[in-house]
This record gives sequence, C-alpha cells and structure tokens, in this order.
Amino acid sequence: MGKTKVKKMLFILSKATIENAYAAFVMANGARMEGIESEIFFTFFGLEAIQKKKLEHLRVATVGNPAMHMPTMLGGLPGVEAFATKMMKKEMEKLDMPPIGEFLEILSDSGCKLWGCKLAVDMFHLKKEDLIDQLDGIITIGDFYNRADQEGTHLLFI
Amino acid sequence: MDLNIAGIILDVTEDGYLTDVSQWNKEIAVEIAKVENIELTDRHWEVLAWLQEQVKNEVALSIRGIKKSGIIDIKEFYALFPGGPLKVSTKIAGVPKPKSCI
Repeated sequence: MGKTKVKKMLFILSKATIENAYAAFVMANGARMEGIESEIFFTFFGLEAIQKKKLEHLRVATVGNPAMHMPTMLGGLPGVEAFATKMMKKEMEKLDMPPIGEFLEILSDSGCKLWGCKLAVDMFHLKKEDLIDQLDGIITIGDFYNRADQEGTHLLFI
Repeated sequence: MDLNIAGIILDVTEDGYLTDVSQWNKEIAVEIAKVENIELTDRHWEVLAWLQEQVKNEVALSIRGIKKSGIIDIKEFYALFPGGPLKVSTKIAGVPKPKSCI
C-alpha cells in the first residue's frame, strides 16, 4: 500500500442512475486496487443496481441534470433518456468500462463487500433471489456502521 | 531516482518503477518482490510474463483485462499480489505503472 491514510472506504449508493452507480463502483474498485478495503451498501433506488432483472437497464438522468446541457423539456421526451444512455454506454465501452453486471463480479472477486439495505429490501418487497448472487448479505444501517471498525475508515453517500 | 538492487544501480521513478525495461531481470524481480513482502512462485512468474507480454503488445493493463486474461482470475491475482495487485505486479514485472482507473 502507498502512503495514503485511507484504510477503508464505505459507500452508500442510494440512486440508480448510471452515473451514480459507476461513481460508486469506480471508487470502490479504485480503493481495492490501492490496497484499501471497500464495501458498498445499496439502499433505496440504489437497490436497482443489484437486482438481477434491472441492473443492465440503468439509465442516465436526462431531466434535472444541468450538465447534460439539454433543455429539461427535451430531456423528458420519449426515447431521449434511452438515446442518451446508449451514447454514454458506447463511450464507456471505449474506455473499457465494464457493464454493471460484470463490474459487480469484478468488485466481488476483488474483495469488495456488497450489502443490501434491509429496510429498503423490505420496502420494495424484494427477495434474496431477486438480488445478485455475489451479495454478501442484507443488513441494517447499524450493521453497516459497525463495518467502520478501524482508523482511517471513510463513509461516502452517493 | 537511483535504486541499488543486487549490486546494480537501477533508474526508477518516484514510485519505484523501472524507467528502462531492458534493465529488468529475474534477480531484480526477486529483490523488488522482497520489498513488497512477496516470495515469487512459478504462478507469480507466469503472471509476470503475461503482464510483460501485454505491455510489449501495447495493451493497456486493467483489472478487467485480468478477468479476461484466461491465465489468472481476479481472486487469485489479489491473493498473489496483496495490497494493490496491478500496481505491485507491474512494479515487479519491470513495466510502467498502469494509468487505468479500472
């Protein structure tokens, strides 16, 4: 490990837009590659990123996202979100960024722990079978705080 | 920066990566590995040779590339080179530090 004082990164992913999911995944993977421990807690809409049926269908937010440089009304038209998502996926593939499902496999194989939020899982009436096989468990936020068990641990809400 | 390994003066970057790949040999690899607390096995050598081959063919190294390599999976890669496997393994292999974020 390098000179960093960061020893463990705990991410809470609460949104399921592509840009948010990738932000969490790139940072969690980047941590592992620096010898830093990392874990992700998927809650509320973030759970879409670990649902077998939904994870390959995440989209870019074209409405309420000023950085898209697109008039809000245009962003809401049918097909615009799908088109923007397709374009972004194409650009990411060029950079060799893996699709969500493959990225989750990479994270799990790299030792990044993946957790589902119990409250959100109950709220959305999800079952264990609905979620990816790599999931390390369904836990409460209290359990997740207890994962912050060493000096140099940081929590990040996305 | 100069690094004295096995009686040879090596030119290395600030992070300890060889600047001249032609200076690399197995003896040097063993010494760099020791600094990283790794004792090189046959399996390590296989991976190091693969990494060197990739760099020679100008393939950008990434963890995704390891998954697709067919020579090693990610779990074993982390087990063989603890504490940041791509950084550690490339340093031992004498190739430049990978620039990829993934």
